[in-house]
Amino acid sequence: MNESRDQDSFEQRLAAARDNAGLGKPKTDKAQNSASAAQKAINLAMRLGVELVAAMVIAVVIGWGLDQLFHTKPWLMILMVPVGMAAGLRNLMRATGSKTG
Amino acid sequence: MAGPSIDALGQFRLSTGLGPLGAAVNFTNSNEAMLASAIIIVVLFAVGLSARAIVPGRVQALVELLYEFVRNMCVDTIGEEGLRFFPLVFTLFSFILLGNLLGLFPYFFAFTSHIAVTLSLALFVFVFSTGVGFYTHGFRFLKFFVPEGVPAWLLPLLVPIEIISYLSRPVSLSVRLFANMTAGHVMWEVFAGFMLLLTASFGILGAFASVIPLGLNIALVALELLVAGLQAYVFAILTCLYLHDAVHMH
Repeated sequence: MNESRDQDSFEQRLAAARDNAGLGKPKTDKAQNSASAAQKAINLAMRLGVELVAAMVIAVVIGWGLDQLFHTKPWLMILMVPVGMAAGLRNLMRATGSKTG
Repeated sequence: MAGPSIDALGQFRLSTGLGPLGAAVNFTNSNEAMLASAIIIVVLFAVGLSARAIVPGRVQALVELLYEFVRNMCVDTIGEEGLRFFPLVFTLFSFILLGNLLGLFPYFFAFTSHIAVTLSLALFVFVFSTGVGFYTHGFRFLKFFVPEGVPAWLLPLLVPIEIISYLSRPVSLSVRLFANMTAGHVMWEVFAGFMLLLTASFGILGAFASVIPLGLNIALVALELLVAGLQAYVFAILTCLYLHDAVHMH
């Protein structure tokens, strides 16, 4: 009990000292928010391009492999291309965090 | 053509490290960098945590900052049960971060610029998260590939799409890290080679003109520092996301 009271008064004194020194909370919070928002946007942008291509590559490789297996060159690969495109779009939807994903 | 030329990819060439012993067991300069980053992390933590002061010193503050950053990432992304995977995520994050940062120094080898390294890391994460999915849900984990609320006649189309989307994860995870690191190092090399070429072709005038690529390289250092941190962060947070999918199945 005593300890938590000490803690509280310490927090108050810290807040007062920060106010005096011009380190009030709202300002730093706002700056931090916009910076982290920008960082999140950069993160997302870096992800999206690769997500789209990666699904395509995997689909084509699977199609090519199945073609080798069943000697049906090049039909399965061609079949897998639209599937790969759709999977890439699915990746994008998931990466951008839409609720349907 | 006489004079200097730009060899942008030579920096990624592997050679053997640690003298004749390293040559005998094929211990490469890439392995040297990996070992160095692992040792640096362990030593940093040993030093940082030896004091255990209530008011942390510089090293301890750094170590605690790293720890709390990754811990929050785990809890925010996976949820409370994500703490089970904290050691894995933390190891991956610090290893990749140190590898990226060490690679920025001259004479250090950037092992994250080899797809063999990043792909093995990504495949490990992929296999591990799939294993976690099957471990927690059993064969019901396969329902992950069946989207909910979809008419049954669409399923033969949608299930392959979901499976390919799932299989593309290690590819996008590894290519992103590898491409970012390689691109940055190639750009450095090209601009630096440009300075040599300018000086060789135009003499004293070229030496003055090479201030421009030098300035660009200095700006690139800042960018590469950002990319090194960011890519380690992205790798770790995607690991968390995949583990979240494995644990919660949505």
